[in-house]
Amino acid sequence: MSEQQQELSGKAIWTWPIVLGVLTLVGLIAALFSDGGLGDMLAGLCLWVPALVGLWYGWLRRYRAN
Amino acid sequence: MQNKTIKTWSWVHKWSSLVCTAFMLLLCLTGLPLIFHHEIEHLTGMAVEAPPMPEGTPRVSLDKLLMVAKAQHPDRVVQFLFPDEDDANVWFATMTPTPAPTDDFRSVVMDARTGEVLAQPRYDEGFMYVMFKLHVDLFAGLPGMLFLGVMGLLLLVAIVSGVVLYGPFTRKLDFGTVRRENSRRVKWLDLHNLLGIVTLVWLSVVGITGVINTLADPLIKYWQYDQLSTVLQPYQGKPAVPETERASLQGSLDAALRQVPGMQLSFIAFPGTAYSSPHHNTVFLKGNEPFTSRLIQPVLVDAQTNEVTAAPPSPWYINTLLVSQPLHFGDYGGRPMQIVWAVLDVATIIVLGSGLYLWLAKPQGATRRRRAQSTQADESAVVS
Repeated sequence: MSEQQQELSGKAIWTWPIVLGVLTLVGLIAALFSDGGLGDMLAGLCLWVPALVGLWYGWLRRYRAN
Repeated sequence: MQNKTIKTWSWVHKWSSLVCTAFMLLLCLTGLPLIFHHEIEHLTGMAVEAPPMPEGTPRVSLDKLLMVAKAQHPDRVVQFLFPDEDDANVWFATMTPTPAPTDDFRSVVMDARTGEVLAQPRYDEGFMYVMFKLHVDLFAGLPGMLFLGVMGLLLLVAIVSGVVLYGPFTRKLDFGTVRRENSRRVKWLDLHNLLGIVTLVWLSVVGITGVINTLADPLIKYWQYDQLSTVLQPYQGKPAVPETERASLQGSLDAALRQVPGMQLSFIAFPGTAYSSPHHNTVFLKGNEPFTSRLIQPVLVDAQTNEVTAAPPSPWYINTLLVSQPLHFGDYGGRPMQIVWAVLDVATIIVLGSGLYLWLAKPQGATRRRRAQSTQADESAVVS
């Protein structure tokens, strides 16, 4: 991957952070209103996405590139 | 964003982070075992389970349980009596030298069907107790809690300033770019930004709810003053009702459940304790739905006559406190939630550690500074 020189638009910078933030909020709230079942599954899914995104870009993608 | 503005926010980010980092690292490290406290208690034999018996086996009265608990520690009083959250056949009595708040307590765990003592685990010693105390108040009581609350506020300032800086710092990098081919410091700067932004909302919620939890004691005191002082006016200055003059405890619970039907018991606070008045058994009820089970409804039952004196609904600030607790602890959505909580906790440790590294590994000397200014303009803003 090479460092880009051109500045990105605000949309390009903030789309992913906003998507991950909204997913996190949905996950946190879904679990509050559930006791097992669909709500908990939705919560787990929504919270795992940001965790896996961090893991992927932070470490896993490098190994695949290698 | 202008350079001057970036420098101002960088200053805010650097100092708000630096002041709270050591304490936040401590909270993340001690929080990790607390996420799995149920599992650890099972593994270490601290969890108590009732033996299997036929479904529908009747339970003994609360008066019998109270008598059994008192017989174990005749020199102590019962402050709280409550059923286990997962198994209503297992009951706990918290016993202390006096009704006043104290860390000196014994727990008697009883089988509600037979009245037998199942165990007397010590929750005030051992690894989990140390983790809990370090996490909640640094072994310093209310001042420790409030201090950690202030550190939590600084964390929130660090988060907000970090978000403000995220745009200028990543304006030339695709999302998730980690420049490994550059210096180690640039790599860790990118990892700091990446993990910081993916954990942003989670850490903000855990931080805000953590700060709210540090205010639990003052909020409960204010609640008593705000809502109960008028109700309790006739009993002001009177000593706690002597045990010999108290009516049936089972009668107190029954009266409370009649007053607010469709709810179940959370816990009973005895006369003179922090959650009651000198003259009442205060029965705290909770709802039956997943969300309402996190909220409580206190019912003040006259300890001498078992008449309900008041059942004021919890005010918004107490409800906020109660909803903050699961959002902070993360043990409210099953095992997957606990595990992801731990993963995000570790990610936060990396964000904190990398922030500290970026500050410590700040380029020294004029040559390195010049080079840094010419080639890494945005990097210098985060740590200068």
